Amino acid sequence: MDVRVTDTSLRDGSHAKRHQFTVDDVRNIVGALDDAGVPVIEVTHGDGLGGSSFTYGFSHTPEQELIKTAVATASRARIAFLMLPGVGVKDDILVSADNGAQICRIATHCTEADISVQHFGLARERGLETVGFLMMAHSQPPEKLAQQARIMADAGCQCVYVVDSAGALIMDQVGDRVSALVAELGEDAQVGFHGHENLGLGVANSIIAVRAGARQIDGSARRFGAGAGNTPVEAFVGVCDKLGIDTGIDFFKMLDAAEDVVAPVMDQECQLDRMALLMGYAGVYSSFLRHAYRQAERYGVSGPEILVRAGQRRLVGGQEDQLIDIALELRGR
Amino acid sequence: MTATAAIVGSGNIGTDLMYKLLRSDLVDPQWMVGIDPASEGLAQAREHGLRTSVDGVDWLLAQDELPDLVFEATSAAVHRANAPRYEAAGIKAIDLTPAAVGPYVVPPVNLGEHLTAPNVNLITCGGQATIPIVKAVSRAVPVSYAEIVATVSSRSAGPGTRANIDEFTRTTSHGIEVIGGAARGKAIIVLNPAEPPMVMRDTIFCAIPEDADTELVAVSIRDMVNEVAGYVPGYRLLDEPQFDPPSAATGGMARVCVFIEVEGAGDFLPSYSGNLDIMTAAATRVGEQLAKG
Repeated sequence: MDVRVTDTSLRDGSHAKRHQFTVDDVRNIVGALDDAGVPVIEVTHGDGLGGSSFTYGFSHTPEQELIKTAVATASRARIAFLMLPGVGVKDDILVSADNGAQICRIATHCTEADISVQHFGLARERGLETVGFLMMAHSQPPEKLAQQARIMADAGCQCVYVVDSAGALIMDQVGDRVSALVAELGEDAQVGFHGHENLGLGVANSIIAVRAGARQIDGSARRFGAGAGNTPVEAFVGVCDKLGIDTGIDFFKMLDAAEDVVAPVMDQECQLDRMALLMGYAGVYSSFLRHAYRQAERYGVSGPEILVRAGQRRLVGGQEDQLIDIALELRGR
Repeated sequence: MTATAAIVGSGNIGTDLMYKLLRSDLVDPQWMVGIDPASEGLAQAREHGLRTSVDGVDWLLAQDELPDLVFEATSAAVHRANAPRYEAAGIKAIDLTPAAVGPYVVPPVNLGEHLTAPNVNLITCGGQATIPIVKAVSRAVPVSYAEIVATVSSRSAGPGTRANIDEFTRTTSHGIEVIGGAARGKAIIVLNPAEPPMVMRDTIFCAIPEDADTELVAVSIRDMVNEVAGYVPGYRLLDEPQFDPPSAATGGMARVCVFIEVEGAGDFLPSYSGNLDIMTAAATRVGEQLAKG
């Protein structure tokens, strides 16, 4: 395998599903992805462990039930979970590990890697494989990202991802960032890339990441993710086949999984529409999309305008609460 | 009467606290203890007539005259070691670290309950900013669940906070329950690196009964904001409290949502770091109450 793919439709897709996954959804999707040969499947509330809240939306099913179901269903795939320091806590990591999840993915804003040190330490001590997420990677130059990646690697992170949370990175910008991390980390940790489709570049950006030395790539079947969705795994696998990059995933089975199993679970297809394009263009955190729609409706203001102001205020992941304040500002206080 | 005070810890918090205490009619800061001889805080303390040392609490406790109060602005581990020694020497401790040796105190909520305690703890900056609001709601109607989001500028989050972010969320959640009066509490902290740095923001969500008297709740919140603003001048309500009926988005609960901004007084720390200012302002408030006895 040249590249290890992680399917995040059951984590990033949680945003698009407003965190309403059922046990059956998880069983069906994990079963199909596992059968297609997807090596890693991430299952968590969209905002990570402990994300079920007023701020981010309450989960329909307790997240540990979903993780347990995924673990019980997968025969080959390993189950990963996400946690954001400041939202989840160390105990959440331990419970997930007890329930059989094997890969701990820890996400911070891309300038704040040092808040993850205690969590990486705990995860490694518990015998979990570790992945670090540097979110909103478009907002920092390659050398700054590499310094932050070094903090994560030194804390015990085994693969640091360049995470294009806003879907704002454009081709060479991905290559430059991945290359900077590869140069900094050397043999100490792998490098990964997590793309969004807000400017329609998920697959292209991921291929550029692989060529720059990324060894792990995230995607979601049917793009099932926040904003315009994630890199579609089925398309990425097809392109890799054509380019002679081995993902270990069966392209035809992946097509069926995406169309027959994942698509029916989605409330709607993830579209490259006005709001999603605005997010990529203005560099706005993709998970804000559903919240912006909701506040626009609640307060009778413009959804696109909420997103533009979120960009102007330079909000980071986790600040969904401020979208309500922006809607109130737009309505006129 | 005036209480004499020592500040242990000469970093940002200890130094900002010194300026607030120097303005107080009730608390007289006379000593500052640090560990770094080159500390700017110690230099400023000397300029303002405080006696200073880098020889730790041993030096402080060896003075002929001991302080009435000690403000601990070091770390949880240091305070845990020092706390029994202060108590043995009869010095009341006001703890700005997350050590939580003594009971939690949020001045407008429960200060009166702990005037005789040898040691009181100020929880976290997020707790000081949000627990008064949770209490304002819970004194009006039952609160089955409260959740807060504290967003601070990256520059104002020091290495201690960063290395112990789990302790921040857990301690604040606990404070929301035991002091705020919510049956269940959850705290979220977000660091934002925007430049120029953003002013601290706090959002408080409380689950309330569907038939709650919203005007009663809103009045209680406004009263509490005024009370906190009495000792933290930069504490303000950004919007009117927002009431939402139960829906899928609210997990089926009726809720009230409150938006707060906390701008610091700019004594030693820049004004965006309202998160640090509210801690030193609360510590000053507690010291003044203890001085009054």
